[in-house]
Amino acid sequence: MRRKLPLSLHLGAALTLLLVAVALLSLLWTPYPAEQVRVIARLKPPSAAHWLGTDHFGRDVLSMIMVGARNSLAVGAAAVGLGLLGGVPLGLLAAGLGRWGDEVVARLGDLVFAFPAVLTAILLTAALGAGAVNVVVALALFNAAVLARVTRGAALAVWRRPFVGAALALGRGPLSATLVHVLPNIAGIVVVQATVLFAVAIVNEAALSYLGLGIQPPSPSWGKMLGDAQTYLFTAPLQAVFPGVAIALSVMGLTMLGDGLRDWLDPRHRSSGVM
Amino acid sequence: MLAFLLRRLVSLIVTVWLASIVVFAVLQLVPGDPALLMLGVNAQPDTLAALRSQMGLDQPILTRYLHWAGGLARGDFGVSLTYARPVADLVAERLAVTLPLSLLSLVISTVLALPLGLLAAARRGRGGDWAVLGFSQLGVSMPSFWIAILLILLFSLTLHWFPAGGFPGWSGGIGPALHALLLPALALAVPEAAILARVTRTAVLDTLAEDHIRTARAKGVGRVAVLLRHALPNALIPVATVLGLQISFLVAGAVVVENVFTLPGLGRLLYQAIGQRDLIVVQGVVVLLALFVVLVNALVDIACALADPRPPAAGKGGES
Repeated sequence: MRRKLPLSLHLGAALTLLLVAVALLSLLWTPYPAEQVRVIARLKPPSAAHWLGTDHFGRDVLSMIMVGARNSLAVGAAAVGLGLLGGVPLGLLAAGLGRWGDEVVARLGDLVFAFPAVLTAILLTAALGAGAVNVVVALALFNAAVLARVTRGAALAVWRRPFVGAALALGRGPLSATLVHVLPNIAGIVVVQATVLFAVAIVNEAALSYLGLGIQPPSPSWGKMLGDAQTYLFTAPLQAVFPGVAIALSVMGLTMLGDGLRDWLDPRHRSSGVM
Repeated sequence: MLAFLLRRLVSLIVTVWLASIVVFAVLQLVPGDPALLMLGVNAQPDTLAALRSQMGLDQPILTRYLHWAGGLARGDFGVSLTYARPVADLVAERLAVTLPLSLLSLVISTVLALPLGLLAAARRGRGGDWAVLGFSQLGVSMPSFWIAILLILLFSLTLHWFPAGGFPGWSGGIGPALHALLLPALALAVPEAAILARVTRTAVLDTLAEDHIRTARAKGVGRVAVLLRHALPNALIPVATVLGLQISFLVAGAVVVENVFTLPGLGRLLYQAIGQRDLIVVQGVVVLLALFVVLVNALVDIACALADPRPPAAGKGGES
């Protein structure tokens, strides 16, 4: 019988698709060039000409939010992609190597978790200077550690199942068994975790850009926009609302997508709804 | 249990030692001469040489690490080049802001989350449950620094109930200090409370499905009494575990939120030290924050192991 897709999956997918669509659209079209400065039109409230108003340089806020979506998605995708590339093989290796591998992954995880991703990024920034690359590296390290643990746990459970033992008895090597039997069976769990980590990456990138340590001007970033808007809270309070709404909707979409996917893949979780 | 405690202690020491190596090694990646970076290109050669000597840059890297790590073990974090004061003193001063801020936000998040989680579990599938889940989804989605800005907009600039930033210090009394910390603590607490409320709801629902609850209900114990006396205490272990894991997010959040409210805490010190290229301060604060995260995680692990009647599982602990 076909299972009904959870509501959170529908809503999450819709919001995430909207985010991706806006980011892609910004490659082709924005109402104004996002970096176009027009001091004469600074801090304008929303109007027909500028739907979300203008910032302190007279830049169109809607255009900046659209390009900001692209930047957030790029940082998130790179951080999660690199995390997957590092974490999943490490987790599979740990599960395959048994106790010794477990210890190595557990200690590496302890070390990475000692530094919240924002702290790692700050450390890298102190050494190498501010920029999106350092943010990606810091977030990817954290993601790799989380994904290695999730992969290891899930892979260990699959290794204990009879069909893997049968495949090994029939002469399949450990690497082949991992690729053919273990990996496809843990893919769902890993994808769910990656979706949640994507949301976390967007928040962390925004926080670092707010501090001026992430994406550097003139390239727009939601976090930097909020940082700038704080200076003009008296005169243009709405400028501190729109980028925040963009962050919240993106994070909401991705977390709901992750929740929905997990409920769909494992209906036992449906009652919990815990991140 | 003793073996578990010893293993956890060894793991804690190894992690902190590795963390100190990582922090030290990363800051050696600084391109060029750190002394030149601090003094600028117009620095006199003898001033530059003196600073290089003071920073230990004329020593081999291993000697520098051993000197720094040995100092850390004795509580000596070195001397800030910007403030010309021991980093330990600066940290102690700033902890007087960061520690109460973190504790206050933990208290607020727990006070918000437990009743909300209980309410959601008690009203499962009904309006109250949906409202709590809605709040939770929203709270998780909003970054703490944006909540902080919105709180400033509403409570400071519009209603004038709270200051928009700054900290009067504790010398002027507890009242004004807590007044200045309340909004930042609330900003940090909302996302934490959102997660904790969901965890509480799930843990209470799981407990409510157990046999002893059915027995209690069959014996005539009321719904509220079952929730408060039977379900909630049993649900506290997962809640405490998640609370412990959230500490690292709280630390990261505090670094940013302190900057939103220009609070003179550890996060602000760290941020300013980066701008001033005061690497000895960066090293000290980052290692201290890492030590704090590792220590809290270890304490949560130990507390859960003590509270859990089952034997501790291999590889237990940490985040997954």
